[in-house]
Amino acid sequence: MRETARTAAMAGLGVLVGGIALKTGASHTVWQIDPYKCSWCGLCATACVLQPSAVKCVQIYPMCGYCKLCTGYFEPEPNALNTAAENQLCPTGAIKRRALEDPYFEYSIEEELCIGCAKCVKGCTLFGNGSFHLQIRHDRCVNCNECSIAVVCPAQAISRVPADQPYKFKSREHHA
Amino acid sequence: MERFPPPDFESGYTFPPTTAPPPRADLMQYVDVAVLLAALALAAYFVLKLRSRKHVFWLTVFSVAYFGFYRKGCICSVGSTQDVALALFNSHYTLPWSVLAFFLLPLVFALFFGRVFCAAVCPLGAIQELVVVKPRTLPPWLEHGLSVIPFIYLGAGILFAATGSAFLFCQYDPFVSLYRRSGAFAMVALGGVFLLLGTMIGRPYCRFLCPYGALLSLCSRVSRHNVTLLPDDCVHCQLCDVACPYGAIREPTGLLPTPTPQQLWQRRLVFGGLAVLLVLGGGWLGRQLAVPFSKLNPTVALAEQVAAEATGKAWQMTDASKVFHDSGKPAEELYAQALRIRQRFTVGGMLWGALAGLVLGVKLLSLVQFDRRRCSFEPDPGQCVACARCYTHCPNEQARIKREQRAKTIPLSAAPAGASVTKNA
Repeated sequence: MRETARTAAMAGLGVLVGGIALKTGASHTVWQIDPYKCSWCGLCATACVLQPSAVKCVQIYPMCGYCKLCTGYFEPEPNALNTAAENQLCPTGAIKRRALEDPYFEYSIEEELCIGCAKCVKGCTLFGNGSFHLQIRHDRCVNCNECSIAVVCPAQAISRVPADQPYKFKSREHHA
Repeated sequence: MERFPPPDFESGYTFPPTTAPPPRADLMQYVDVAVLLAALALAAYFVLKLRSRKHVFWLTVFSVAYFGFYRKGCICSVGSTQDVALALFNSHYTLPWSVLAFFLLPLVFALFFGRVFCAAVCPLGAIQELVVVKPRTLPPWLEHGLSVIPFIYLGAGILFAATGSAFLFCQYDPFVSLYRRSGAFAMVALGGVFLLLGTMIGRPYCRFLCPYGALLSLCSRVSRHNVTLLPDDCVHCQLCDVACPYGAIREPTGLLPTPTPQQLWQRRLVFGGLAVLLVLGGGWLGRQLAVPFSKLNPTVALAEQVAAEATGKAWQMTDASKVFHDSGKPAEELYAQALRIRQRFTVGGMLWGALAGLVLGVKLLSLVQFDRRRCSFEPDPGQCVACARCYTHCPNEQARIKREQRAKTIPLSAAPAGASVTKNA
């Protein structure tokens, strides 16, 4: 009796595996945000199982306008265009502003400080070139069975991607 | 959307690259599966062959450290059930092979060696194993009542995963926020409550909630080898029963009054009829719950929100509906999609309700039917999580261990290699 039941259970598991084996991704997959779908809602900062979030802002330098008045860096009506904290949009001061040749400035992100709140992404995408965008940084991501940000993402922008192409960076060509 | 052309720098400035830290190496998947396999094999060896509580304990500590704190509770076999369900019912989902391995290996081991995965490998079980201080026995009615929950929870988890709505087991995993040392306050608190409760009630999550434990329990019932005490010379001291924190030791049935065959048939008939009613009632109830359940699906929730906005019932847009309006997709397409999901919930809800009814019915039936007679104390293969505590308490087991230790010290072992012991004797 037990023998039969065990054989039946083995057979059942065998059928299950056979059915799923076809769907098993040969490649390893990881979670990533499609920046063209992202709606900068800010949930990445709070919904990730990690604190701070594994989602960070990235800067695609060739897309950046190097503006003096960067709408991803400054508050909507800054007192002055300098690095004073009250002028900055970023709540943690994770964006570094560095003067290049006049009138251009370089904006880079210090990932240790970034919490993935997307405030800068919103400013940059609505009024600038959209070179700031959010990506799941894989040196931090633990690749959960189900990403808890993907569950709450209103734009459903998070999905599994092959691990050999783990990033979905924006590019100038995409809109050209 | 290039509003400001990137400048042509005269100073020879070059664009810095955007760094792209690679994900955890593919190789580590193999490492995880290998560690799982090794831990399962060791657990089976420690529990069934070595019969050593000490070894099981140290393997438990290892599992908490590796699968818990190092791997942060991911991937785990409990959660993998949902990945498998989603892969079965959704053609777009590709299942990582390591997740399939995590789902399958403990079940195969359970078919051969009982719940050795629960014993010392599962990080959720392992952490509860370590906090059992002063376990109490629960009254049988409560124990039986609560023990049907895992199956119902399993059904619900599969329903929500298969419809692509939610991964309940992951969302309500009480210990994962502890292992990650981050997470919502409510979940950390839940983990704390379970651990506190676990000091007095052995493994509350494993016994009364864990959906994967329900699957393992089914496999373990028909397994080839199980935890056994030495039934030949059981002295009915009940020490194993006292030692088991999980209420998994079954008493001898010989002392209980046996119902006559006629009584047994009567009871079977009554409870069998009741089981059929429960299945039908459960199916009906599950169907009724399909609509509220389907609201947990993001697409259905969005469709409801968009519909409510269109009819003026909702004044405020949500983030999701804003994104939807911006995308310019037709609402009809969304409604049709939501309707398809809701239909899947109707069928799934009915099946889930019927399953819940069936589980209750089978439980009732099992209470009236003594199909197996026991003349000694025995671990119940379905309930026993193979923690090996009963071994250390059984006086006959202790005597056996002493005998074996003495046998090792007898100078026979000093006999020259190749000499046969029996010849000398």
